[in-house]
Amino acid sequence: MKALSWLYLALAYAFILLPVGVLVVFSFQDGRLPVPPFQGATLKWYGQVLADRDLTAALLNSAMVAVVSSAVALVLGFLAAHGLARVRLPGSVLMRGVLIAPMTVSYLIIALGLLNQFNQMGLRPSLWATGVGHVVINLPLCFAILYAAMGDHQKSAERAARDLGASEWRVLTLVSAPMLAAPMAAAFFLSVTFSWDEFIIAFLLTRFDVTLPVEIWSLLKSGLSPKTNAVGSLVFLVSVTAVLALELFVFRGKK
Amino acid sequence: MTLQTRDRRLGWGLVAPALVWTALFFVLPFLGMVALSFARMEERAVVPAFDPGNYTRILTDPVMLQALLNSLQITLIVTVISVLLAYPLAAIIAFRIPRQWQRLALLLAVLPFWTSYVVRSYSWLLVLGQNGVLNKTLGLVGLGPLEIAASRAATVTGFVHFFVMLLTLTIYANLIQLSPNYARAAADLGANRWQVFAHVILPLTLPGVVTGAFLTFVLGIGDYITPQILGGGNELTLPQLIMLQLGRSGNFPLASALSVVLMAVVTLAYFACAKWLRLDRV
Repeated sequence: MKALSWLYLALAYAFILLPVGVLVVFSFQDGRLPVPPFQGATLKWYGQVLADRDLTAALLNSAMVAVVSSAVALVLGFLAAHGLARVRLPGSVLMRGVLIAPMTVSYLIIALGLLNQFNQMGLRPSLWATGVGHVVINLPLCFAILYAAMGDHQKSAERAARDLGASEWRVLTLVSAPMLAAPMAAAFFLSVTFSWDEFIIAFLLTRFDVTLPVEIWSLLKSGLSPKTNAVGSLVFLVSVTAVLALELFVFRGKK
Repeated sequence: MTLQTRDRRLGWGLVAPALVWTALFFVLPFLGMVALSFARMEERAVVPAFDPGNYTRILTDPVMLQALLNSLQITLIVTVISVLLAYPLAAIIAFRIPRQWQRLALLLAVLPFWTSYVVRSYSWLLVLGQNGVLNKTLGLVGLGPLEIAASRAATVTGFVHFFVMLLTLTIYANLIQLSPNYARAAADLGANRWQVFAHVILPLTLPGVVTGAFLTFVLGIGDYITPQILGGGNELTLPQLIMLQLGRSGNFPLASALSVVLMAVVTLAYFACAKWLRLDRV
């Protein structure tokens, strides 16, 4: 039984890590195709990636869209969570439902709806349009995380600040937000990784300036290439760094 | 102004930006899409109408019905396989690995979860392709080659890979919350290992499993990338059909109607598992 467990664990890890392992190993392939046999290690594909203007521009676009849209989603989510957790409002259950709703809808449908609406408004596809879409998908996430994190001990601290004469703005920025630093960071990092990786919204809502997943998508059309492996490995590195940072600085601190 | 109205005003002011954003960029586009699904296409132009023609076409056109069927089949197969593979993995991590190593084991088990969607599907091409790692390895022992890339099997593999990670996370979270006392009590009362699992642990973790399975279904049936990269275009899924309508013919009304059908399928799935779902506690 015990041996069987370890065997299963080994096979499961092999299955899960195999494609990423292959991706990274063959990004160093000294040959034209990223398939066996391995013909020796080279860094030339990474050089080509970094020299590729389209790819580096897409990378910057992705980073910009991810950071800006996550920041907007975080601020909107924080204000709404604060409002709904602190003040008794009529219809608050309905409002929570509306704010969470985009989580249950496929990104494709959100993208199609926005594309159609922007078309009718005469707005062209752009990075801004993509950013708007990414706020739509990340706002429910930020709201849900922060709403769940607003506990009673914060309530007393906020009330104390108010009794001491702090304006609502000062309560928000000097008491509530710092007390929620860890969940805010978690919500922000998660939003950044989702936006950074998101494809379908960016695909439908951008045209000339595109994000990295869309640029990688167009690379795929030319078939397998170690260069694509190299970009993929770099993207993986960025995501893993973000996740590890989250693990080390946010969740470690909480325990 | 009383304190209560002042508070209420403040509350509204705080909630308003998020609500307005969601209304403008989610609710409104969604309603627009539903309205558009009843419009007609005439000479490559959209004519507003109240015409259920797109829906009758979806329900009678064999190509569209086949795509709906493909999507349902693939997603159901993927959901079942993923649950069956993820449960033992989560259980081994939760019960066999020492406490202090569990977080690391879990992190490692879901590491590729954080790779980009597009890149993850591409990396499966490297494994499953004609000259890929799998066929080269089989070749060494005199087997193969298998034609897995560009088939349903490849799509299913790519999906299962992603959802095993997602489900391992959700099921692990459920298993670790269980007090060991339940299993101990059952064992004291004479249950063997299998009975402890079947009558105690499984029922207690079922809500978590169903929640994870529901997420798998929703994310899987709406995904365009995995079948498009790995499926090879031999069979269409619903999202691929939607994208085809947008791209080739610019038929927004039909694409909208297909999206509404997709939503309806997800809603049906929701009601099918509503009894066990606890979306607030994922």
